[in-house]
Amino acid sequence: MTAPLLQVQGLTKHYGTGRARAVAVDGVSFELEAGGSLGIVGESGSGKTTTARMVMGLERPTSGTILYRGEDRTAPPRSAREWKRRGREIQIVFQDPYTSLDRKQTVGDCLAEVVRLHFPGDRAQLRSRVEELADLVGLDERQLRALPRALSGGQRQRVAIARALAAQPQLLILDEAVSALDVSIQAQILNLLADIRAEQGIGFLFISHDLAVIRQICDDTIVMRYGEVVEQGPTERVLDSPEHPYTRLLRDSVPQDGWDPLAGPARF
Amino acid sequence: MTALLTVEDLTVDLKVGDEMRTVLKQVSFSVGEGQTVGLVGESGSGKSMTVRAVSRLLPEGAAVTGSVRFGDRDVLDLRGDALRRYRASDVAMVFQDARAHTNPVRRIGDFLTEAMILNGKTGRRQAEATAVELLEAVGVHDAERRMRQYPHELSGGLLQRVMIAASVAARPRLILADEPTTALDVTTQAEVMAILKRMQQEYGMAMLFITHDLELAGSICDETVVLYAGEVVEQQRSAQLHRDPLHPYTAALVQARPDIHRRSERLLSVPGHPTTAYEAPAGCAFAPRCRFAQDRCRAEKPALEALDAAGLSRCLRADELRGALLAPVEAAADPVPATGLAAGPADEEATR
Amino acid sequence: MTSTTAIATARPAARTPRLRILPGIGITGQIAFWTVIAVALLAAIGPMFVQVDPNAVDLEYAYYPPSPWYPLGADASGRDILSRLIVGSRTALLGPLAVVTMATFLGTLLGLVAVWFGGWVDATIVRVIDAIFAFPGILVAILATALFGPGLLAATIALAIAYTPYIARIVRSAALRERNLPYISALQVQGRHGFAISARHILPNVSGLIVANATLCFGLALIDLAALSFIGFGVQPPTADWGAMVGGGMSGILQGEPGEALAASLLIVITVAAVNTLGDRLVQRSENRA
Repeated sequence: MTAPLLQVQGLTKHYGTGRARAVAVDGVSFELEAGGSLGIVGESGSGKTTTARMVMGLERPTSGTILYRGEDRTAPPRSAREWKRRGREIQIVFQDPYTSLDRKQTVGDCLAEVVRLHFPGDRAQLRSRVEELADLVGLDERQLRALPRALSGGQRQRVAIARALAAQPQLLILDEAVSALDVSIQAQILNLLADIRAEQGIGFLFISHDLAVIRQICDDTIVMRYGEVVEQGPTERVLDSPEHPYTRLLRDSVPQDGWDPLAGPARF
Repeated sequence: MTALLTVEDLTVDLKVGDEMRTVLKQVSFSVGEGQTVGLVGESGSGKSMTVRAVSRLLPEGAAVTGSVRFGDRDVLDLRGDALRRYRASDVAMVFQDARAHTNPVRRIGDFLTEAMILNGKTGRRQAEATAVELLEAVGVHDAERRMRQYPHELSGGLLQRVMIAASVAARPRLILADEPTTALDVTTQAEVMAILKRMQQEYGMAMLFITHDLELAGSICDETVVLYAGEVVEQQRSAQLHRDPLHPYTAALVQARPDIHRRSERLLSVPGHPTTAYEAPAGCAFAPRCRFAQDRCRAEKPALEALDAAGLSRCLRADELRGALLAPVEAAADPVPATGLAAGPADEEATR
Repeated sequence: MTSTTAIATARPAARTPRLRILPGIGITGQIAFWTVIAVALLAAIGPMFVQVDPNAVDLEYAYYPPSPWYPLGADASGRDILSRLIVGSRTALLGPLAVVTMATFLGTLLGLVAVWFGGWVDATIVRVIDAIFAFPGILVAILATALFGPGLLAATIALAIAYTPYIARIVRSAALRERNLPYISALQVQGRHGFAISARHILPNVSGLIVANATLCFGLALIDLAALSFIGFGVQPPTADWGAMVGGGMSGILQGEPGEALAASLLIVITVAAVNTLGDRLVQRSENRA
């Protein structure tokens, strides 16, 4: 039997020591099969982003293990070469489309730089790969020549997704990747992500505070609070018949048809 | 119901560099005594500018035409003391970023009592007692201790409650709430909204509620005004907004938003991106992104017209499309090709 | 597409014609910019048109008043003031240029290295910068001339070292801000080398700020070098130099002949004012664009 794509076991992150010690993530465990889609949902301070950053290698876990296809990936890479090797396995898309691109670099150069890094080849090969990526995320020739400031938030997020896909990773971490976008743009990007997953068989680790977005894109969901997992299971089950009161509170706090803030549970 | 706030043909141009750019085009709506009206729109829609015009906080060099009336006063003509009185006791604002609107080196107590003492009606001791009462009314436990704390010692949700307490302190007749819960977690949002609604009912205040969240507006507002590219495109009772939208843009917003109860095969993808009044094309501003657009939509400017008793819609095809706006997207009408990956026409146009 | 008509009518038809070079620095900035260009041209090609030997001493013509032969008069040694001003502009401008070039190069390198490596490397660089900052530039330069003998070279190198912390500090804080942006993390997780990220991404994004602050340093260095020459530690006679001319002209002021000192000081003031104004506007501009 082959090992799952991602296996996280007892992941814990502390900041500071002694009395000033803060626990950001506390014993989080989950598995993600190849091509699967796992959502981590929670409010601010739940530890969902720290968990994602540890899986990416941007933070060092205090304890616990991270296995990628059975190989240990707990410690962050120490050299550019090690990052490059790991970058072909896992990539990340950040929340803010405005600061996740170099404002002095054209979109085409941005993609070419990353493609060249992973797949050295001649100019023609490079060009065709960049065009292929642009095509995949719905960017045209003119947008490739533009600087980020000429693009809208949604177009920038397409660039960030293309850049992450350039390394042909098997796992894509999306850290609140659609949260900063207008509703009409959010739908475009969510559809795009669904298409990419269907076509390329990439696994998603989707971090969000938005239950409706999680429902749309994730097969399985983990609910986190104060660094701990309070509930996990298939998204449908978790949202339709939550077992933990916090999951229920989270779900019932979302404004929807017939929602009345005054009718909610007395919380104050 | 008598109108408390009446906005009529409000047009605002802002100075950007050495040119004037239109951000609002002939916006009209009214808020009745005790009523809650929602202003919904995406970026560039002009919703925040509308609130700024109403609160007389427009940036320098802004050209304003049309009228904003509060009771029998013309808000745009208020000067000096009259303006100060209007801002101090008639309207109150609650902002998205409470932290940016509190002085970090002043205690919560000073923040709350300052206006009361300045108005000269109360002494310090009396003002402090009132402030504690207010804090307790907005669900802040341990109000005495909170009074002595600084803003950075309070969480975002708690600070927003303090803001609400401060804004209702003068018993204003109208609250202008500009995305007051956008920066908050969803459970905190529910708490803050409950407090806002309760304060409103208790004191009989009207509220103009700005949000990008159609669901939120739908559940807490009586009426909702939908803005697109600086224009009102739809206005109707909030409860109906989801079931019977009158404008294709509202319908698109409803369909583009994922549903917490079920996963859709595919979300309705509105091509392109939201535009501003300045960049809007001739004809209907939404036409380049609209799945129902015809040639005449691109040529002719639609007017905001009443649709029987339901509400107002700025759409040439509003009558014939009534009830069909939420129809599932047919393959042929899908603005995104089968592979789903090409940019829409408006997308290209925006890249200059 | 139909939208083009709307856009055409929405924009004001008439646009005021404007200088296209360096937009966004305002009228004052433009005046300063063209003044700097004029002074630079004076130093670059001016000396080619000088017919008389600026160092030729002729005591018969000491303090000769302005005339067709001596357009600005002659100094105490009967040398033509105008040709000395023109030829002196080279030493007056080249000195600070060398100071700024060296300081900018070193400062940028230190700032970027500190930010990329962080930790103890950063801490060490910051300490060294703070230590150098404690010494006024002119004091270091006087010390250097005392050790290595008077002249432009020692003073220039000493000033360059003294100005390096100024640039390094600015580069470090700007690069630190840049380093914490997600696009840098995105490149890092791709496996891009730290050197490439610093040189190809961080540097271009902070370069506007560097140029602007280097310009400000130029004005300060010009004053420092002129002061050194004035007190006799910098440019040595008989080489023409603005600072040295103010110093040499001092005796003339006492004898009621202020022409030389006045003309040289005026040029220094104009140049420094123009360069500083330009630097100021450039700093504002790069902050507005950031």
